[in-house]
Amino acid sequence: MMKKILLFLLVLMVWQPALHAELTIEITEGVEGALPIAVAPFSWQGNGSPPEDIAAVINADLQRSGRFKTLPRADMLARPTSVEAIEFKDWRALDIENLVIGQVQSNGAGGYQIQFQLLDVFRGEQLVGYSIPTTAPNLRSTAHRIADLIYEKLLGMPGAFATRLAYITSTKPVNGERRVDLNIADADGFNPETIVSSSEPLMSPAWSPDGLKLAYVSFEGGQSAVYVQGVYTGKRQKVTSFKGINGAPAWSPDGRKLAMTLSKDGNPDIFVFDLNTRKLQAITRHYAIDTEPAWSPDGRSIVFTSDRGGKPQIYRVSAFGGKAQRITFQNSYNARASFSPDGKVLALVTLVTREEGKKYRIAVQDLESGVMQVLSQGSLDESPSFAPNGSMIIYASKAGYRGVLAAVSVDGRVRQRLALQEGDVREPVWSPFKK
Amino acid sequence: MKKMSIVWVPILLSLLLLVGCSSTPTSEGGADVSEQSTGADGSDAYGDGASTSAASQGSEWQGDPLENPNGLLATRVIYFDFDLSTVRSDYMDVIQAHADYLAANPQVVVRLEGHADEKGTREYNLGLGENRANAVRSLMLAQGVSDNQLVVVSYGEERPAAFEHNDESWALNRRVELIY
Repeated sequence: MMKKILLFLLVLMVWQPALHAELTIEITEGVEGALPIAVAPFSWQGNGSPPEDIAAVINADLQRSGRFKTLPRADMLARPTSVEAIEFKDWRALDIENLVIGQVQSNGAGGYQIQFQLLDVFRGEQLVGYSIPTTAPNLRSTAHRIADLIYEKLLGMPGAFATRLAYITSTKPVNGERRVDLNIADADGFNPETIVSSSEPLMSPAWSPDGLKLAYVSFEGGQSAVYVQGVYTGKRQKVTSFKGINGAPAWSPDGRKLAMTLSKDGNPDIFVFDLNTRKLQAITRHYAIDTEPAWSPDGRSIVFTSDRGGKPQIYRVSAFGGKAQRITFQNSYNARASFSPDGKVLALVTLVTREEGKKYRIAVQDLESGVMQVLSQGSLDESPSFAPNGSMIIYASKAGYRGVLAAVSVDGRVRQRLALQEGDVREPVWSPFKK
Repeated sequence: MKKMSIVWVPILLSLLLLVGCSSTPTSEGGADVSEQSTGADGSDAYGDGASTSAASQGSEWQGDPLENPNGLLATRVIYFDFDLSTVRSDYMDVIQAHADYLAANPQVVVRLEGHADEKGTREYNLGLGENRANAVRSLMLAQGVSDNQLVVVSYGEERPAAFEHNDESWALNRRVELIY
């Protein structure tokens, strides 16, 4: 039953063609220069072949971020594994500004020691270097942490490579039997694990701020209910199962409350549920559909989707309720907004009109200026989720008949796609930083 | 399921009816899950069976009107226009027939399952599906059906009836299913 589904990663580095002009800022190439870097293959001291290509994992992380232009191995003139072996002028000739070298050593007892050094090629000096002990199951996660260290050293903001994703997968009904899974995986799609499996719909996973729990909606038993489940303990509790919709759970930044959608009073409204006192507070009361709440990082306000003006748009309200204010005005459909980690930008789903027809796409809207920028290129894109460092947005898209995951850098220049070998994948949510 | 012979339809329906009568809407468990899917697929079967039955029988339906493959009650799916949750006028007689049946059989409970197409966001579509089911519910209430005979559940876009990403599939997915 708990068959693991292999996620495989297609990294598609695509420079975005000019967007249709209306409503969006036209993105041109190379506005922000990607940093040239080379990650030389790490040396291996131990029996047999190396257990994991650490340098390849680091390289893929850096490249996927869109902030680095990595040098393909085939273009490397040399593959040094120690500082003494580096001919800095050769790397300078390739316009490489930074070089990563390293060694992996087996300690003979199932453990490994990974050393790495990040070097400034022009100055010929080390910027950062560590020796990190690890174990076989943690080799990839150690490589992600090294990529995080490199990212932070060179860009001044933390990397988000050693994080995880939660997402929903489903297969089409076979002989009337459906199957929906809630899964987690590393941010690069590796190490997928199913943590909930159901014959009824599962939806709207949301990470707790400490990254240890997931809230989600399950229809087991024939109607919706909101659950909170320990990601690593498997223990779960039913939070709400009122009559009607129990949906769209969103954690407050302090992890004590869940904003959610309940239609127990007749139509969908936003409520805040206190997980300790189990008290429920109504945030909106309107005959329209109010749903998809998301907290601002300071916890003071909540944005949500409402069609009170006729079509779905984003509104903002105090986290304690009160008068809601509409904040999206471009396009006839804007929904499922979420805040960037710094609280300055909203990611959302918007409906744009193109020559080929109407397209649901992922956009970001600057909260101060109100300017919206469309980032994705699909027809049915949805469920945007920021990386915890704010650098990328992961979302659900369609490729042919299949649901796939895609990610785009917030500047729109780098795209990736994550697909399953079979079935549909949707509703990706990026975990917070590991604590 | 679609090729189900007409012989089985009444049997299946009476089984469904029994399940429907014996379970209360608030205590639904795993059993109701299969009931829903059977009901949904079964509604196609009435359509398939209709011509066969008319040709071979040609007489007045004698059994439970719910089992009559030629009756208005055989229509168990109500389709909606894009982004709308108002019931189209061509479904009014179908809803009237169901309402009459329910009013005459106050022990019968029907589940109104609201659905949306995949366009737009999932949680918003959950709201849209509920609006559709509630639109059907309001009409039935106005026609004398008691509130406790109607159970509204929205599945949004989570349970599509058709899986293509085109107008035909989307039209089939914007629906309310009546599950007896």
